[in-house]
Amino acid sequence: MRGKTNTKKIEKHHIEDMVGRIYMSLCVLLLIVIIVSMVYFVASKGIANFISGEVKLTDFLFGTKWAPEADTPSYGALPFISGSFLVTLLAALIASPLSICAALFMTEIVPGWGKKLLQPVIELLSGIPSVVYGFVGLSVIVPFLRDTFPGQGIGVAAGALVLSVMILPTITSVAADALASLPQNLKESSFALGATRWQTISRVILPTTMPAIMTGVVLGMARAFGEALAVQMVIGNAPFVPRSLFESASTLTSVITLSMGNTTMGSTINNALWSMALVLMLMTFVFVLLVRMLERRNKI
Amino acid sequence: MGTAAAVRESFQTENLSIFYGTYEAVKGISLPFAQKTVTALIGPSGCGKSTFLRSLNRMNDDISGSTTKGSIWIDGVDINAQGTDVIKLRQKIGMVWQKPNPFYKSIYENIAFGPKYHGVKGKAALDEIVESSLRRAALWDEVKDRLKDSALALSGGQQQRLCIARALSVNPQILLLDEPASALDPVSTGKVEELIKELKEDLRIVIVTHNMQQAARISDYTAYFYLGSLVEYDKTEKVFSNPENQMTQEYIMGRFG
Repeated sequence: MRGKTNTKKIEKHHIEDMVGRIYMSLCVLLLIVIIVSMVYFVASKGIANFISGEVKLTDFLFGTKWAPEADTPSYGALPFISGSFLVTLLAALIASPLSICAALFMTEIVPGWGKKLLQPVIELLSGIPSVVYGFVGLSVIVPFLRDTFPGQGIGVAAGALVLSVMILPTITSVAADALASLPQNLKESSFALGATRWQTISRVILPTTMPAIMTGVVLGMARAFGEALAVQMVIGNAPFVPRSLFESASTLTSVITLSMGNTTMGSTINNALWSMALVLMLMTFVFVLLVRMLERRNKI
Repeated sequence: MGTAAAVRESFQTENLSIFYGTYEAVKGISLPFAQKTVTALIGPSGCGKSTFLRSLNRMNDDISGSTTKGSIWIDGVDINAQGTDVIKLRQKIGMVWQKPNPFYKSIYENIAFGPKYHGVKGKAALDEIVESSLRRAALWDEVKDRLKDSALALSGGQQQRLCIARALSVNPQILLLDEPASALDPVSTGKVEELIKELKEDLRIVIVTHNMQQAARISDYTAYFYLGSLVEYDKTEKVFSNPENQMTQEYIMGRFG
């Protein structure tokens, strides 16, 4: 009976199923093509200088002198690479404790209005355009640093502070979600044994959710590493390896946004900027891999 | 009230009412819990028995909007009175939940967690507590060679016995069990029931259960709750063989609830 209907005509719901399947496959295919071609484009541009021999890879990665327009041009990207890593790490160091405390406050201390009021506020923070962050940094943080510390105020410290505020919502939301998804009676078991709230938070809640919280930290770092505009506005953009937190410096993103428009496609300097984009992309992959690893650990 | 004081058990509730906002979840319940007995709290879902159980070690404190009236007497002290040290109180009253919920730590650390906070110091002392607690929970022989392994690697039934061992680690006088076997398979359930019978030699046990056979098998006293009120309370044989209230009988027979 069944075989008979199959040979006679294909039923309507089978057709629907097939159409849906084809549609989705096409979407996924398109996505994969876009991603692969982007990676290929950035990679091929990024390694062009090294293949043609115009810039040596080691000179690019470890050279401290960025002088593409000099008589003997040099393309050392270490100032930007170190600047990027420095602001990212500092921002994560500043933002993580604050975010974790904010998440704990929201979920553990005042779960009622914490969730209702603070959650939207935190989410709002992540919706503010980065140019606004940069502007606030330029008119508040930079003058403050200039008056308090030696130097012009612009520099790594200003960049890191602006970034730390920007990644605060990322880490806080991920941490708050992790804390909220903790089985309710795990906490109660600790209370039932006579542990205080602080003991419960420090010995049960935080250790249990730490891998998930670290996922948030890494996501925040990925955002900080890729952020261009706000950092560029406050960091000073001097192409030197930062020796002090209060001296003008640069990051990979800031030098790319500043220089890209002034170069011609295919020139050595243009390709050197692509190499930096490649470094940024590879670092993003590293961050994604880190998140994956942490999530796997979280499942145990 | 004078006579009530005369027959007062060292652990009992007196006119205990619990409100969530204005909703009265538990309505003026007075229940005694005698030494070396198991008291089963039965009744349809939402009848207030879990709320009642949780109030016995002030677990409802953390639920916003819940208020408690009446008294819970333990050794002549009303634990609802102001100034009660909840931390000390909870050391006296252990609790185990429906779903096994070991901490994400080793088996050893799960048991040593509570004692550490109550001032037990030194590896030898902790080792001893870990062993004796696991023995009391009939789990020692199964885990003694892998105390450092993650507690999450144990089976569901083992995890639940670990949670009981964890509750025993601070040497409570009273154990509160909230449907402790409802998430377990029949074999594990049997083990937990066996354990409850052994444990009552040393402490009082209050258990919430939806399983009528279980209540009949393991409890000495049974309290039937309905809509927040105590409908019937008596010796378990009496409640199950010849209940006074028609509603109790129908619930036990499975005709409603």
